Amino acid sequence: MSETSPTATAPAKPRNFFAALEIDTRLLGMIGAFIVICLIFNFLTDGRFMTPRNLFNLTIQTASVAIMATGMVFVIVTRNIDLSVGSLLATCSAIMAMTQTHFLPDLLGLDLGSPAIMPIAILVGIVSGLVIGALHGWLIGYLTIPAFIVTLGGYLVWRNVAWHLTHGQTIGPLDETFQLFGGINGTLGETWSWVFGAVAIAGSLYGLYRSRRNRLAHEFPVKPLWAELVLGAIFTGAILGFVAILNAYEIPVARLKRIYEARGEVMPEGISAGYGIPISVLILILIAIIMTLVARRTRLGRYIFAAGGNPEAAELAGINTRLLMVKVFAIMGVLCAISAVVASSRQTFHSNDIGTLDELRVIAAAVIGGTALSGGLGTIYGAILGALIMQSLQSGMAMVGVDAPYQNIVVGIVLVLAVFIDIVYRRRTGDKT
Amino acid sequence: MSAPLVEMREMVKSFGGIKAVDHVTIDLYPGEVVGVLGHNGAGKSVLMKMLSGALPRDGGEIWINGEKATINNPRDARNYQIETIYQYLALADNLDASSNLFLGRELVTPVGLVDDAAMEAETRKIMGRLNPNFRRFHTPVTGLSGGQRQSVAIARAVYFNAKILIMDEPTAALGVQETRMVAELIQQLKSEGIGILLIDHDIHQVKLLCDRANVMKNGQVVGTVKVDEVSEDDMLGMIIAGKCPPNAIPGPGAVKG
Repeated sequence: MSETSPTATAPAKPRNFFAALEIDTRLLGMIGAFIVICLIFNFLTDGRFMTPRNLFNLTIQTASVAIMATGMVFVIVTRNIDLSVGSLLATCSAIMAMTQTHFLPDLLGLDLGSPAIMPIAILVGIVSGLVIGALHGWLIGYLTIPAFIVTLGGYLVWRNVAWHLTHGQTIGPLDETFQLFGGINGTLGETWSWVFGAVAIAGSLYGLYRSRRNRLAHEFPVKPLWAELVLGAIFTGAILGFVAILNAYEIPVARLKRIYEARGEVMPEGISAGYGIPISVLILILIAIIMTLVARRTRLGRYIFAAGGNPEAAELAGINTRLLMVKVFAIMGVLCAISAVVASSRQTFHSNDIGTLDELRVIAAAVIGGTALSGGLGTIYGAILGALIMQSLQSGMAMVGVDAPYQNIVVGIVLVLAVFIDIVYRRRTGDKT
Repeated sequence: MSAPLVEMREMVKSFGGIKAVDHVTIDLYPGEVVGVLGHNGAGKSVLMKMLSGALPRDGGEIWINGEKATINNPRDARNYQIETIYQYLALADNLDASSNLFLGRELVTPVGLVDDAAMEAETRKIMGRLNPNFRRFHTPVTGLSGGQRQSVAIARAVYFNAKILIMDEPTAALGVQETRMVAELIQQLKSEGIGILLIDHDIHQVKLLCDRANVMKNGQVVGTVKVDEVSEDDMLGMIIAGKCPPNAIPGPGAVKG
């Protein structure tokens, strides 16, 4: 401790290109895995996998599981588990379906198709998810019943509460405005997709600029300027590519004709229009942004990670870890309700088996995405990528013609393998996050 | 002398049928380092945890600056400017130094978001004072050495203007250099008028750092000594046999005769 060189904070020379960019290498690994999966299936299906149409479908198939996976990250980070998300989704879906087809029209006399139905139904669903999730959190935090048991019970209870609410019937068709959240029935269209892309690019570039200026203002070491520019270029390219692919999936002519007819217009000759970003995917993106913000930039997020890393330390720091559990599971409940909107409107009706096995998909997505079951580690974007990787595996195999049981065998093996690779990776990098 | 900085009166804590702390009374004055010694299981850590609010007490009173204090949880203790430095417990391994330093008391921006840059700046300032060689501001503390971790914990206490500092074996996991650094820090904090309660096994360390020492055995105070007036053997006798030397103030746990 004798050497005194307090001013010698010259930034260490970055070891390589990626170190200079300060990108999480695990993120790179997952993107790499996703690209490899896409290329393999694209080869096996003679180029059918990487068409705009299939990639569009992939995004809307991923949305429901990915939305819940972001909440599962918080649950697992705090060293808990939630086995009830699929059942909770079913209960929320049943409540919303009954609200819009039965309670509002029959009991309150609201006309079917009234514009008020969609917001009321969603509000009722989200409040239900919030209350049920908070109840789970209370049982876990205050009554100290293990999360595994509480949510195992919840798994049985809520699956069958859904059945009870609908008397086991399939409820549908759902409200037309409500169906906009399902994917193909509600997209932004080409123009608004580009607008969204432009806003996203502006937002991410501004974020990079702000963070650099902030670090300079505090005289912290910063990345080399070229690294910032490369990052900005990558973000811009990725966003533009994403919008371009979703816009390239064109609405079939017959369907376009119906849209024009519904508006009372005649379709001009030779016109074509792309679907653009599905509203369900837009919701996923917004949730990803909000959840990332919560995780990184709020006290709640900081406490979630602190309690996961060392519950005793969190408590000694004056954090109310019991209330924290209520909040974490309440967030999970709200996300289940939002997923229920997406899942039920995608199939345009509520069915008894909605969300079956989703708990396993959601947990797998979070874990493949690098969330450690021992707690304290996990990222939102990782969980979403995990969901995307699983969905692409599954739909790729379906396109190749692999039977469903074999698909499940492969997904199961991939889950175990992914966690093993993660363990090896962490050992190599000395337990770095 | 004025009222003591801290006075714990008749503190009691039982686990099941066992009295971990059995009517213990000790005090601490400003600018004083008071040792709490004893075997494992003598009750010293339990006593300290009641002061820091980590454990609820079964009986007894805590007086701070001559006024009765209400301490029921760690937040209450922090409001009385009581800070604790635990050997292993109090850092979240997966977070970096500044997140740990400000854990539970994060600096926020005007819109209520956590202000990492400001916290890092403050952390760099205080670490520059306490441990100028500290560089690893972005590593989770699990990747730090024992001394670096300890300096983060001490920085937390110093930054938030602790008046009363509880140190639970602060040097147990440290090397010689780092131990000396902690010892120097204790002297510095003492000169600023902070009262320090030091739990330690190492009698040599206690003689070096403390003004007075309380020896505990089986949950009771054997006696209180001024460390300059007794030998290390005297203190060993108190810890092992519960025997008070003539110039000690005997407590309820002292062996009679």
